[in-house]
Amino acid sequence: MKIEILGVGCPKCKQLTANAEAAVKELNIQAEIGKVTDIDKITEYGVMMTPALAVDGTVVSAGEVLSKDEIKKIILK
Amino acid sequence: MAGNCMCNEAGIFIFSCSGGSDVGELSDRAARKMAKCGQAKMFCLAGIGAHIPGMIESTKAANKLIAIDGCPVSCSKKTLEHAGFKVTAFNLKDMGFDKGKTKVDDGSIDKVLSKITGGKGEEVNRNTSGGCCSN
Repeated sequence: MKIEILGVGCPKCKQLTANAEAAVKELNIQAEIGKVTDIDKITEYGVMMTPALAVDGTVVSAGEVLSKDEIKKIILK
Repeated sequence: MAGNCMCNEAGIFIFSCSGGSDVGELSDRAARKMAKCGQAKMFCLAGIGAHIPGMIESTKAANKLIAIDGCPVSCSKKTLEHAGFKVTAFNLKDMGFDKGKTKVDDGSIDKVLSKITGGKGEEVNRNTSGGCCSN
């Protein structure tokens, strides 16, 4: 599983990254967590509001900082 | 580096049908003027129709969605509703603009803006910071 945090690096992006890392750790799954900070690449995803979260290349949230538990639910879907 | 951060409050998103007719053009130019004046953020209706996940999720972040349609077919309103969004819709036909008989100029654009920001404009004006629009 590949999880990407889309955002240019503001505190909200960092918080979402931390929440994603915590979710992966609690679920004890193998997942690669990456950051997409290039604004052009972010817009290529169609994202206009950050931070955004993508799982295996599909954007699942934008413009909000999902909690650890919300991310866990998305991962388990 | 957090330059060009896109994490500010989403505010109001505006979508226009931007259709091929004169009223489609008018809807587009009115939406663009609202965006230029900081009254709303213009967003891509085609992206909603195509169900681009990033655009759908970004649109969910908006405080309010406005659709401007040029004619009673209401493609913009219906596209957004089809995607599950609640929308405040305006139709240029209701403002007296008829397809094939509408002149697109500053006067007609300002008339559309005054209709949108007047009456139901309380919410629309929430994000206005006294920009270039006097409507």
